[in-house]
Amino acid sequence: MSENNSAPKETLFSPRNKKLLSEPIGTSNPITVQVLGICSVLAVTVQLRASLVLAIAVVAVMGSANVIISLLRHGIPPRIRIIVQLTVIASLVILVDQVLKAFVYDVSRQLSVFVGLIITNCIIMGRLEAFALQNKVWPSFLDGVGNAAGYGSILILLAAIREFFGSGTLMGYQMIPNFVYDIGYVDNGFMILPPMALITVGIIIWIHRHRDRSLVDVS
Amino acid sequence: MSNRYVFIYASVMVIVVALVLSTAATLLRPLQERNMRIEKMQNILSTIGIPAPRAEAIELFEQYITETKVLNHLGEEVEGDAFEVDLQDENRKPVEERQLPLFIADVEGELYYIIPVRGNGLWGAIWGYLSFKGDLNTIAGANFDHASETPGLGAEIADPPFEQQFLGKRIFDDDGDFRSVRVVRGGAPADDPHAVDGISGGTITSNGVTAMLRDGLQVYKPYFEKQKTL
Repeated sequence: MSENNSAPKETLFSPRNKKLLSEPIGTSNPITVQVLGICSVLAVTVQLRASLVLAIAVVAVMGSANVIISLLRHGIPPRIRIIVQLTVIASLVILVDQVLKAFVYDVSRQLSVFVGLIITNCIIMGRLEAFALQNKVWPSFLDGVGNAAGYGSILILLAAIREFFGSGTLMGYQMIPNFVYDIGYVDNGFMILPPMALITVGIIIWIHRHRDRSLVDVS
Repeated sequence: MSNRYVFIYASVMVIVVALVLSTAATLLRPLQERNMRIEKMQNILSTIGIPAPRAEAIELFEQYITETKVLNHLGEEVEGDAFEVDLQDENRKPVEERQLPLFIADVEGELYYIIPVRGNGLWGAIWGYLSFKGDLNTIAGANFDHASETPGLGAEIADPPFEQQFLGKRIFDDDGDFRSVRVVRGGAPADDPHAVDGISGGTITSNGVTAMLRDGLQVYKPYFEKQKTL
């Protein structure tokens, strides 16, 4: 293949490859910077456990989808490439859904439609179209995992905040000791509702931009 | 790339995907079915106030559910395994041919009769389990679930606040006539033993529950009457 001859041999974790993995977690985070995939973020972050499972599911789907599309990239007819991408994503999502139903049934019930909605998560198709179709397998894999991790990390952070303040628990275990409740502390029920997720995402974006001034749009 | 290539590519892709997915579905089927059975046991147990963690559900089910029966429309016992009766199939049959499952639980000497029901909500199927006290009239517990009702609206039928309204409601009036329990839009009168409050924004689902209870429970009337005269 022509790319192999023209490009110098790269190590698996060259600085360029590492950047593929780290950038989506930080400076080009799909949620806090590109503001993609917000729907599921608002809906499933009430509890840490569900968010963790969804984050893992998205990492699996996105990593494999990027690898498959990258493997097929020379053969995919350009005219039906979107259909091919959708087929790959949809099949992977169905696989994930079946596996969840078989091994973590209660979580699968809790996530309900949102596993299926991974198909419509614009981050995944965005990465296939923008990256995997033009790049080799290994960088595509890193890009997929990186973006999914960027999405997942926000999902988990948000779920931890919401579960802690909304229910006083983490992963279902009580975190706020009983004497705090005895003093008169009450769980903030508002935290469990979707609007609070939006507000919390807003605060995370604010903090992110405050710490990384290059993200601030000065125009 | 020629049209021919595109067609062949698409066809091969579809066949490969179909093979992979059907293999996965076949391999995982036994595990998934086991999970669904456990969930059914958990739901049945919850109507008699027994919280059953997943790991213990089968054991608790065998401990508390002492008898299962399949009835016909005359209230006579017929051959069959109550746990395996699929209400979705049964509800399509004429009443005379239906198999009616019944679970009898014994909680510390007190008998409970548990009846599964199934109907339609707004978007898809809704189903549930109702347990009756020994008088075969007073509801001791209710558990509902749904396939795809709207979260926050119709889906609230599966939440405890809705389910708990059914406790103590009665399906027969003082004359012994079948009245079922209605889900009333705008709220039921507090002293009505045959009605509960509907869900705001979930009227079609609420009406679905009303219909499900009416159709699902009245077919047991002959059996109930037989039991009472014994």
